[in-house]
Amino acid sequence: MINAVGRDIPESVLAMGYEPYKGNGSRDGQLLAKQGPHTRICEKPQETKIVESIREAIVKCGLKDGMTVSFHHHFRDGDYIVNMVMKEVVALGIKDITIAASSLGSAHDPIAQYIEDGIVTGIQTSGIRGRMGEVVSHGKLKTPAILRSHGGRVRAIEEGKVHIDVAFIGAPTADEYGNCRALGGKSDCGVLSYAVVDSEYADKVVVITDTLVPYPNFPASIHGINVDYVVKVDEIGNPKKIASAAARMTQNPRDLMMAEATAKVMAATPWFKDGFSFQTGAGGPSLAVNRFIEPLMRERDIKMSFAIGGIAGPICELQRKGLVGCIVDTQDFDIGAIDDIRTNPNHYEISASEYANPANKGAFVNKLDFVILAALEIDTDFNVNVITGSDGVLRGAPGGHPDTAAGAKCTIIVTPLTRGRMATVCEHVVTVTTPGDTVDVLVTDYGVAVNPRRQDIIDCLDKAGVKHVPIKQLQEKAYSLVGRPDPLEWKDKVVAILEARDGTVLDVVREIKPFQL
Amino acid sequence: MIPRPKPEKFRLRRTMMFMNAQKPGLIKDAYIYGADSIMLDLEDAVAENQKDSARFSLYHALTTIDYGDTEVIVRINGLDTPHWQEDIRVAVAGGADGIRIAKTETADDVKTVEAAVLEAECEFGVEEGRTLLMAAIESPKGVLNAYEICTASDRLFGVAISGGDYRKCMQVKPVPGGIEMLGARANLLIAARAAGVQCFDTVFTDLDDEAGFRAEMQQNKDMGFDGKSLINPRQIQIVHEMLAPTEKEIAQAEAIVRTIRENAAKGIGVFTLNGKMLDVAFLPGAERVIRLAKASGLYKGDL
Amino acid sequence: MELKTTGIAGTLESSDVMITLEPRTSGGIALDLESTVLNSYGRQIKETVLATLDRLGVKNAHVAVNDHGALDCTIKARVECAFYRGCQYDVDGKYPWGGLIK
Repeated sequence: MINAVGRDIPESVLAMGYEPYKGNGSRDGQLLAKQGPHTRICEKPQETKIVESIREAIVKCGLKDGMTVSFHHHFRDGDYIVNMVMKEVVALGIKDITIAASSLGSAHDPIAQYIEDGIVTGIQTSGIRGRMGEVVSHGKLKTPAILRSHGGRVRAIEEGKVHIDVAFIGAPTADEYGNCRALGGKSDCGVLSYAVVDSEYADKVVVITDTLVPYPNFPASIHGINVDYVVKVDEIGNPKKIASAAARMTQNPRDLMMAEATAKVMAATPWFKDGFSFQTGAGGPSLAVNRFIEPLMRERDIKMSFAIGGIAGPICELQRKGLVGCIVDTQDFDIGAIDDIRTNPNHYEISASEYANPANKGAFVNKLDFVILAALEIDTDFNVNVITGSDGVLRGAPGGHPDTAAGAKCTIIVTPLTRGRMATVCEHVVTVTTPGDTVDVLVTDYGVAVNPRRQDIIDCLDKAGVKHVPIKQLQEKAYSLVGRPDPLEWKDKVVAILEARDGTVLDVVREIKPFQL
Repeated sequence: MIPRPKPEKFRLRRTMMFMNAQKPGLIKDAYIYGADSIMLDLEDAVAENQKDSARFSLYHALTTIDYGDTEVIVRINGLDTPHWQEDIRVAVAGGADGIRIAKTETADDVKTVEAAVLEAECEFGVEEGRTLLMAAIESPKGVLNAYEICTASDRLFGVAISGGDYRKCMQVKPVPGGIEMLGARANLLIAARAAGVQCFDTVFTDLDDEAGFRAEMQQNKDMGFDGKSLINPRQIQIVHEMLAPTEKEIAQAEAIVRTIRENAAKGIGVFTLNGKMLDVAFLPGAERVIRLAKASGLYKGDL
Repeated sequence: MELKTTGIAGTLESSDVMITLEPRTSGGIALDLESTVLNSYGRQIKETVLATLDRLGVKNAHVAVNDHGALDCTIKARVECAFYRGCQYDVDGKYPWGGLIK
């Protein structure tokens, strides 16, 4: 069945109970009965929930074949938790496990082996990279991987589409009752936003920390009332990879050029006024936009009411200069952001639900004015791909991309026209991860294009004298530079399902056919 | 082959950026940075054992990439190497707008290159006289012979001082304020103006020292240089910004151009504008300001 | 002009392609292709390499192509350079710009 972005959703996927994507906001107004967990009553006092080892915790939780475990990705490429836990699960002979993580990355290459061995038979995540991405793309995972945005994941858990049997929550600090904080330990990560929904909806919750602190560990990001067991290990992760060195502003002239053009686009729209709200990504040109809106803000004497994300040092800098009201944080990318949330009373942690859940009564993304995002590919319908590379292998993550794009009044994609020999602006993206009906403006090093759906933005840019061209022109320029690419070839097997944030299906990824000359 | 417009001898050349012809990743869209000229280098940027390879890259880069309004110059190897003749053949065959002669010391150097360029134009069916020349002066002898070099050929649109080699010959190091370069800069500027050609200053190599770059550029502007050689796209915008005329200068220039034209139509050659005496000698300067203003995106009028 | 020895041109840098051209006495052109953009441009890279060799009059050779996203103009330049090096042509001799080299 062809969905609202023109992708063919196979019968096998519809048979799983999925509906094809119908367009942005199609579930608005529907009623929802949330599916709570089955938890154990702990009426009698117990002094501590600490157990000796991860293995003991797994056994006590009664993890069995066929169950679903979950993890968060606040430790990014420095995470040790997933690998430590899965090693014990495998050693205990438990199999047929589904891993439902908020994201997975290159730190989790060992999982690829478990997939090939048939021990891990299901993956639900935002990101999938490295060896794991390769084995899934080559059809080694028993069931199709399910890829969701951050907001979509929360909705899926609350709706009961994902049932988490045991959640494993890595915490920089925890007390003996399971109150967790993301600060005060050896490997601080700033916030634990993605793990909140796991703590509230999983049947069993295990906290893993390398720094035990006195009870009560308040203000807590994860509350002990939801926690079954606490385990102390030597190291939860590599602090240098959890908190990377301060994100530096790019010096690349091309990135700076695009960032400046983006700031000009923003300034031409009516939403660039006092009290506006803003989100940037962490990549080169997106982050550099912070630098170029500063003079424009000063010129017009306007301030941001809130900045949200994905927080890195530069936006904290902007706040210290008095240009940002408050920072609302779902993840910290660098040490600058972590140090800031430690001491700044106007820098708040929010949960993934508050950030981007489409099924609650109004997440932050609904109040967002501008979001600046990157893309691997964007097609002439403004559909964006952030997950499949030019070789058809999974190596990316929707993350908050689809959520912010859907909510923001002005969604801007910033990307060079070509990367090496790959055309970023193409006729059809390999995989749709963010639907074109939520994407408004494209800024490249060869010009700006506006989605024809947004006549209001077109009028603003014309009035302000900001040049723009039809996206088809950019796509043709890209192909004239690098040549028209041959289409990728696929086998029949569906290896991954791209859910839209509301749970309908945006696209599927099939097993890649090896290239034959 | 992408047809290129005929090279213009006295076009704007505020920024002339060096690019290594051997780096495909960089040159394929170098022109998007907006330099007035790009100099594809066959000389110092290319290792001795890669001179042949660089020519192939150059030929294809010249014939397949669309440079839009940006001028494309080729820097050939010195006349003291065995490479320069074939460098000229490939540059002309590829349709380069101009050739930069390294280490120019005498008018003969220019004439030797000019002869080879003419021969190549005939061989490759290029319109005779199309390919322009510029001379890079890198030695004290070159500085002394600046005027004869500037007048050695009709094709020669300008001279550039090449600081690195010049300083070595003079046994000096760069100092803030550039006094060690003063003699060369002054001589070249005077010679260029006397000959009616353009003059360009040398590259500033410390990419982290923006303040130092701006200081040198300001001195270049005050001394009257037409433009500057650059090695990094980041420097382009700074130069364009610093050379952009102020609103006041633009308004003045506009007034001068209009008034001279009006008066010329009435047959009046000398007149006063805002209390100052003006005649047609002021016209080229005023027109130049308007051209600069247009190039900087600042001119909204209809001249 | 005939290939006398192995000619190598290009680098393994991004947007470049390394071409290794070896003469052989018979068997036509044998092509080994590795590319970071194999799926999308493998066929076109092969066509460009073969067309360039054909234009240069190379009938029998082994060509190894190690590509990192080079555009057609770069591929041609590297194949041509490898050929002239393999022919041990004088580096500063006269080359047929616009003729065999196009």
